[in-house]
Amino acid sequence: MSDAPDPSSRPTLPRGVRLKHDALRGEWVLLAPERLLKLDTVAVEILQRCTGEATFDAVVDDLVRVFAAPRERIAADVGTMLSGLAAKRLLDWR
Amino acid sequence: MNAPAPPVGLLAELTHRCPLGCPYCSNPLELEGREAEMSTEEWRRTFTEAAALGVMQVHLSGGEPAARRDLVDLVAHCAAAGLYTNLITSGIGLTAERIAALSAAGLDHVQLSIQDSDEESADRIAGYRGAAARKREVAAEVVRAGLPLTVNAVIHRANIGRAGALLEQAIAWGARRVEIAHAQYYGWARRNRAALMPSRAEAIRAIAEIEALKAAHAGTIVVDHVIPDYHATYPKACMGGWGRRLINVTPTGRVLPCHAAETIPGLDVWSVREHGLGEVWASSPAFVAFRGTDWMVEPCRSCSRKGVDFGGCRCQALALTGDARNADPVCHLSPFHGQVDAVVLAETGSVVPDYAYRSLRLKD
Ligand SMILES: C[S@@+](CC[C@H](N)C(=O)[O-])C[C@H]1O[C@@H](n2cnc3c(N)ncnc32)[C@H](O)[C@@H]1O
Ligand code: SF4
Ligand code: SF4
Repeated sequence: MSDAPDPSSRPTLPRGVRLKHDALRGEWVLLAPERLLKLDTVAVEILQRCTGEATFDAVVDDLVRVFAAPRERIAADVGTMLSGLAAKRLLDWR
Repeated sequence: MNAPAPPVGLLAELTHRCPLGCPYCSNPLELEGREAEMSTEEWRRTFTEAAALGVMQVHLSGGEPAARRDLVDLVAHCAAAGLYTNLITSGIGLTAERIAALSAAGLDHVQLSIQDSDEESADRIAGYRGAAARKREVAAEVVRAGLPLTVNAVIHRANIGRAGALLEQAIAWGARRVEIAHAQYYGWARRNRAALMPSRAEAIRAIAEIEALKAAHAGTIVVDHVIPDYHATYPKACMGGWGRRLINVTPTGRVLPCHAAETIPGLDVWSVREHGLGEVWASSPAFVAFRGTDWMVEPCRSCSRKGVDFGGCRCQALALTGDARNADPVCHLSPFHGQVDAVVLAETGSVVPDYAYRSLRLKD
């Protein structure tokens, strides 16, 4: 896929986009300008690692340890999700 | 009845005061004066209760929220309560120092409204000389402070030919997100409807222009395009459904299911000055009146989309059909659908009336 992320760039949530645990409803959400996205557990695991410190590659390596799945598949899924968020300006690459 | 699901958002109209006089302003004609406004303490309590109730995002609006001296304090309070805070502002009253203080207090996002890309026209629409130039500085200061910026522009007859230029200007100012909203006709916009409403041909041309730019900038700029529902087939789920997601609190603490709800006569509106916010959400007659689908009449009652759009906008149904329970006449299934065309035709004549600028002093 042409929009596969550069493995050495670092995904980060920009100011104005916040990961939040909603204790009342018992779920995780992504808060952004005029938006509120409910997240599943996989998305939360991914986004918690988008701190601007870890590279895309490091995030994927880490997730391979958490989810027992082939690295290739995880890299593809994470790439698709993060590219989608970046296109909506909900995620930046450093 | 079961307790309703908790709300997710709260629009706080901190004040109705505003230095500008936009003729399209969605605020009600009868504005609430400064003396009657809620105190800092009352707003703090409201935000604390909102967070406990399940609200996650707070939109600080008005009037002009920067007219409140306690704005920074209120932002800090919301941030401490874990609320995502969004400032909806005309920019007038925001200095570089104040923007830095808001940023330090934990503000999450700024939405700045502009009137036109042509500064002279912009100032004429706002009824305030120098407004456009000031807004340009405010945008730069917001970006410099590291705060994410959305630029909002309301589209109507005077600026519709420059809809594309407005969008380009917003991008040049450093906005990550742009909201192009065709005017909705309530409040002062209803009063000025004949001066504001563009012809159908102008609307169609502007919509195509914005959609093309939206596609061209996809991936770099988020464009939220709120198209005029007068030209739609189905209505929107107004407010995401009445009493389902959002709360609106007026400057004096009246709690509304939508900011135009007070145009519906006979609604019993409760205030946070007399009731807890949770109690208002669950049981105030104004929220219960059109919550869910039980209140509906035909064609909505037996329609498969009733859980999708909730019959559209109650205020528009009232304004164009005389009964708030009717389907929003924007819906092509509404027997009153012809009313919508009639309004567009009647209001887009060649004689354009003067603006009645928004003002606190109604009866001069
Ligand atoms: C009523 S204003 C109050 C906040 C601030 N004074 C401002 O103008 O940004 C809230 C938002 O609603 C938008 N707005 C006002 N009247 C409108 C209308 N008739 N239709 C659609 N949006 C409107 C404004 O541009 C602004 O983004
Ligand atoms: S829309 Fe214009 S008149 Fe209305 S509150 Fe905002 S700046 Fe003031
Ligand atoms: S009839 Fe009512 S519920 Fe059905 S689409 Fe029209 S407005 Fe929506």
